[in-house]
Amino acid sequence: MLVLGWGIVMDQSSLARFRAARERWARDVLGPALARQPERAPRFSTVSDLEIARLYGPDDLAGADPGLPGEYPFTRGIHPTMYRGRLWTMRMFAGYGTAEDTNARFHYLLAQGQTGLSVAFDMPTLMGYDSDHARALGEVGREGVAVDSVEDMDLLLRDVPLDRITTSMTINAPANVLLAMYVAVAASRGISPATIGGTIQADMLKEFIAQKEWIVPPRPSMKLIQDLLVYCTREVPRWNTISISGYHIREAGSTAVQELAFTLADGIAYVEAGIAAGLDVDAFAPRLSFFFDVHNDFFEEIAKFRAARRMWARIMRERFHARNPRSWMLRTHAQTAGVSLTAQQPMNNIVRTAIQALAAVLGGCQSLHTNSMDETYALPTEDAVTVALRTQQIIAHEAGVTHTVDPLGGAYAVEALTDRIEAEADAYIRKIDDMGGMLAAIERGYPMREIAEASYRYQQQLERGEKTVVGVNAFAQDEPSPIPLHAMDPDVERRQVERVRRVRAARDAAAAARARDALRRVTESGGNTMPAIVDAVRARVTLGEICQVFRDVYGEYREQAVL
Amino acid sequence: MVEPHVRILVAKPGLDGHDRGAKIVARALRDAGYEVIYTGLHQTPEMIVAAAVQEDVDAIGLSILSGAHNVLLPRITAMLHDQGAGDIKVFCGGIIPDADIPGLREAGIAAVFTPGTSLEQIVAWVRDNVKPRGVTA
Repeated sequence: MLVLGWGIVMDQSSLARFRAARERWARDVLGPALARQPERAPRFSTVSDLEIARLYGPDDLAGADPGLPGEYPFTRGIHPTMYRGRLWTMRMFAGYGTAEDTNARFHYLLAQGQTGLSVAFDMPTLMGYDSDHARALGEVGREGVAVDSVEDMDLLLRDVPLDRITTSMTINAPANVLLAMYVAVAASRGISPATIGGTIQADMLKEFIAQKEWIVPPRPSMKLIQDLLVYCTREVPRWNTISISGYHIREAGSTAVQELAFTLADGIAYVEAGIAAGLDVDAFAPRLSFFFDVHNDFFEEIAKFRAARRMWARIMRERFHARNPRSWMLRTHAQTAGVSLTAQQPMNNIVRTAIQALAAVLGGCQSLHTNSMDETYALPTEDAVTVALRTQQIIAHEAGVTHTVDPLGGAYAVEALTDRIEAEADAYIRKIDDMGGMLAAIERGYPMREIAEASYRYQQQLERGEKTVVGVNAFAQDEPSPIPLHAMDPDVERRQVERVRRVRAARDAAAAARARDALRRVTESGGNTMPAIVDAVRARVTLGEICQVFRDVYGEYREQAVL
Repeated sequence: MVEPHVRILVAKPGLDGHDRGAKIVARALRDAGYEVIYTGLHQTPEMIVAAAVQEDVDAIGLSILSGAHNVLLPRITAMLHDQGAGDIKVFCGGIIPDADIPGLREAGIAAVFTPGTSLEQIVAWVRDNVKPRGVTA
């Protein structure tokens, strides 16, 4: 008997029979067919340029055992019943203008059946600047909501039941500050930090690699993340402390394999950081979560999610010796690929998003954001967001794909691709290990260079017509496709600038100064900054003022720009 | 080599970190034979104008995806004008709604490239529109 890697037992004679049949088929059926009608291209490959074979069969299944869902190594999903038990969380990323504007969008989305919140912050907030800072000019409330102080956070969360709704906050360099504000708002409503749930992105490694919103250099950035890990493990146990993100890596132009490999390598660095901070691996690893892109290439994406779960389970059990099965589970949010959307014929984006969302579901994601068709132009309109949310609801309730667990498990092509992506991502991780880990690799510019190469390669393939984007380099139309766009209130910046100045003027100046000094001292001494940040936000010290303490103590990061 | 003496500054104004487009365009221009200087991320209008003047460039390509284009781009062209460098050709690309294009053109942005533009189109535009400063075509 030959045990094929994935648990299907096939005896030697059946495999030999299959191989003989395949040879006969190639000779008698395939050969004449190709002679009559050659294939459309000499080579077929994914959007990431991974070559795809004509046909996969049982002899391609030499890889690892996908096992069963809900148990190690979780290739087939982290829950034994998957979506039969509970659907994924439909979580639409939203944020624009002032806190009141975004709060209104949140209530609209909750009324439409959304089940969790996800906050998009504006660029000055992401970079740790207050709305009245010179560098914030023209950016306030544009790509997300402006949050300068705990008062903005309170308005943002007005009438949101923080003990029942979980909130995801896409914030990295100033993550500790925004989490402190969230905790402070919950406390002011009598809700203990122990009962609130949510996610904070806090993944600085991928910022240096791809998203590029930073404040201080990589090493002090990791120290601040350690503070967050330790604080949440003790005080906010239901919070997902780091959302280890491949999304931005992929959007910056990486391949699917690079996205997976760099993300897991980042995860390895965070686990090492938590252990170095004195935490037991099983005390914090269950609260690490992931965030992947889901791009156009359907089977490549599904295989990527399946490989991700299996690889992380192995890493956690074999490399870090975690014993709690929850530490082995890769729980992930997914977002459809913004970069795949086209300005041309924007209605086509609804279809792209639907295909990508279906791949995320067949890949076994835990929560999902679907992009809106108009996002190559502006933040989405309410109508466009509604279609995007309905897309998820149609997949969940009409398509029938939720009725059975991992319906593509065992499909020769999907299993073979899963193995292939795992092997290639493993090779990248070994290379990064050899460099001394992801922090060292980033300092050498390695992942950034790999991504720039891949994105330039793809662009050239596109220009040569080797890759097709409908409506752009094929099936183009001359006439424009006008769609209504979300209009920004031009007055947002002025109102937000006034508000942060009002907050600074109205606060107890001495208490704010004391809180800032205390934060400076603990930052300088290397102690955990989180309690001092919570005290500071309560004393109405602003986001920009807190981040300035970090700039003063650690210095500002400047990237060595490489082409 | 095309116009080997033409120097182009590729710059990222504003706070957004989306540098995929800027880097691809910079590489394509370099591959087309131009001398390209890339500023890196998070540049203020002052920093971009100072770099353009100091490097004595013939054109500036601005990539912006943060939505701040209506505020930041006209400041750059106005500052170039004030510093006697108004003859530097400025072009831009990014997430820019069609409705904003006339205003940007009026502010002295010579071309606006929106998503889906091919590298070939950008290189062709530069070839046809950017000449070494001080040399009459």
